[in-house]
Parts: sequence; structure tokens; C-alpha cells
Amino acid sequence: MPTYELEKLFQDRIEQEIKIEPKDWMPDAYRKTNLRQISQHAHSEIVGMLPEGNWISRAPSLKRKAILLAKVQDEAGHGLYLYSAAETLGQSREQMIEDLHSGKAKYSSIFNYPTLTWADIGAVGWLVDGAAIMNQVMLTRTSYGPYARAMVRICKEESFHQRQGFETLLILSRGTPAQRAMCQDAINRWWWPALMMFGPRDSESSNSDLSMKWKIKRKSNDELRQQFIDMIAEQVKLLGMQLPDPALKWNAARNHYDFGEINWEEFWQVVKGNGPCNKERLEARKKAWEEGQWVREAAAAYAAKNKSRNKAA
Amino acid sequence: MRLIRKFFYGDIPDGTSGAEQQTTVTKKTDWPLWEVFIRSKQGLDHKHVGSLHAADAQMAIENARDVYTRRMEGVSIWVVESSQIVASNPQEAGELYEPATDKVYRHPTFYDLPDEVKHM
Repeated sequence: MPTYELEKLFQDRIEQEIKIEPKDWMPDAYRKTNLRQISQHAHSEIVGMLPEGNWISRAPSLKRKAILLAKVQDEAGHGLYLYSAAETLGQSREQMIEDLHSGKAKYSSIFNYPTLTWADIGAVGWLVDGAAIMNQVMLTRTSYGPYARAMVRICKEESFHQRQGFETLLILSRGTPAQRAMCQDAINRWWWPALMMFGPRDSESSNSDLSMKWKIKRKSNDELRQQFIDMIAEQVKLLGMQLPDPALKWNAARNHYDFGEINWEEFWQVVKGNGPCNKERLEARKKAWEEGQWVREAAAAYAAKNKSRNKAA
Repeated sequence: MRLIRKFFYGDIPDGTSGAEQQTTVTKKTDWPLWEVFIRSKQGLDHKHVGSLHAADAQMAIENARDVYTRRMEGVSIWVVESSQIVASNPQEAGELYEPATDKVYRHPTFYDLPDEVKHM
């Protein structure tokens, strides 16, 4: 069958909301876009363990420590679901990890910011996971089957993450003046980077939009960002805290919150590798990978030995 | 003017991220891939939930427990090396399922019975 006919069949299936599965024919660019996006998503989950892992040994109570450990373990699990989904498109796990370490593959820039205080763990759960959930809920309906299924699994687990983050801040917000100040400070530092997670404004994007046409994405950056702001602007009232944006104001005509200008220069700087922790994050990943090398080799050697023994017996 | 490329949340376009560029040689040391099937409770079938890498079957079961049953999602786990799975080809779906398409009489609704017939 000629390619243009295959392409038409493919697009018909997308229009009919029929999921694309690994062995189905798909345009090369569809494969490439999904591979890039899913592997970035996987890397983000894995690198995302680092800022939170920073507080496991310093959590304020045994309960908080156990919760944080469970959350970080979830992030590892999410990374693994996603790596598996990406592998169905024909790239090896090892290649993906090498691309992360060489800087060829990206991960979400948000994880290049430091977690300076305990309140940051709350703010990460509430704002960063909150923003990620907006994207992930949309992606449960993405057109590539393995990605959509991984997202369903992840969304079920993420809601615990966001709730524990908000609860952490809620307790601080009802605490001593120092705890309240710590809570406000964390919100101040995480608010703008969280808004940047949604990416550049729609007006800065080109018209040709294959991600939408192929239903990999179903909502634009600005739509998702507005949805997030409307949600958080209400939730912050329950904390008795402020979002650090003097322009934030309910607009009855639009039925949305208006908000101030995002610092796009900062956004591009962090994407390009000049954020506060870019180097540190990649170094930590590479170190973990290199120091785990002997474990991977030993396990493979042990498995090979058992296999040959069983054959001989 | 800087050319702005489409940049969706979660999909950062290719280009430098500032990390030092290096070329590495891939040694094929990935552990084999295993497909994981979970029985969520007694009485139900095992269902495919995803895949993972493990050096051997025992490790695959243990990793599957950690990755796919952190919230009591399962009472039984099957793992099978992905390379052992034989799958039908979607491009041959037409011919493969053709024998079933013209046998509507296999479905109960094919038979028109009077309303008086109960429990059938």
C-alpha cells in the first residue's frame, strides 16, 4: 500500500478515536514525536526524584519521611511505566538513558530548581505535581495506546502526591509565624516556575500543529495554564497565603483569573541548561548510573550462570 | 528574529540543553524485557499491565511487585520474556479475522423469536 494511503488510514483511525498500538503502521514523525515526548516524560519522573530525595533524611517526622519515601518510589515507578511505553516505539532503554546523560534528551525544567526548605516539599506536591496532573489527565486520552495506559496508571497515583503536598502546606500555614513565613516563601519561589511548566504562550507557536492533529495533545499550553491558575488561585485562599503576582485578579467577563507576565527569559535560560541545578541533576543521574554498572553486570552474569547450570542439569 | 518552534508542555524540541555533548558507545547490556500480567483478585484473569527489565525470572517477579502492585493491585503475577511472545500482525487483520465477519448467525440476536418466549 502506498504511503499516502497508509497515512490516510492512520488519520481516519485517529479521527475515529481508535488508539494506535505498537505494531500498527504510523508515520515516522508520529513515532518520533511520541518517542521524544514519552522519553522526556520518563526522564522528568526520574530526575524529579532528586529534589524530593533531598528531604528524605531530613523530613520533620517519621510519618512525613515514610510518606516522602512512598512518593519518591512512585516517581520511580512512573518513570518505569513511561520508559516501557517508549520502548514499544523501538528505542532501547539504554539508549534513552544515554541520551539523557549526554544532554540530547530533555526533562522538565522545573526539576532544575532547588528544594531549600521543608515547605518546598509541600509546594512541589501542590504546585508542581498539580501542574503535571493537568497535563497527565489530558494525556490519558492521547492517541498512542501504551502512553495513554501508562497515564491512567500514573494519574491514579498522582492524586495522593498533590493532596499530601497541600496538606503539608496546610499544617505549616496553621503553625508558628516562622512556619507560616516558610510556607509563603516556598509558594513565592515555586509559583512562577510552576506556570512555566506549561511552556511558551500559544501565540508564540507555529500554525502547523501535528501534535493536535494526531491527538497526541488535546489542549494548548495556555488552556492548561489558565485551568491551573484558576484552580490554584482558589486553593491558596484555604492556606491563607498569597500567590506572588500583584496582577492576579478574577475577571468576571472572561470567567477566568487574569495574571501577570511570566519571565520567559528565565524559562529559556533554564531550558538551555543555565538553571540553578541543571549540572547537579545530570551529575547525580550519571553518578547513579555509573556506580550501578557493576550491579547490572553482576546480575546479568548470575542469570547467565544459572541458565547454563539448568541446561547442564 | 528567532525562529520559534512549536513547543508543547511535556515536549521540548530537540536542541541543546546545555549539558556537555558527548558521544557514547552503546554496549548492549540492557537486561531482557519481560511482560507482566497481574491477577487483581481471585476469580479474575491475569491481565497485561506493562513490561520491565530484569536479569532473570525471579528478579522480574520482584520488580513487578515493586512497579505494578504498590497499592495492592494484585494477588498473583505472571512474567514472560517479551521475546517469547508471538503476536498477530495488525496489517493482516483483514484476512485473519475474515472467517468471523460473515457469520452473523453465531450471535443470539440473529434469531427472531416471539416476545412470549421467556428466559432465552
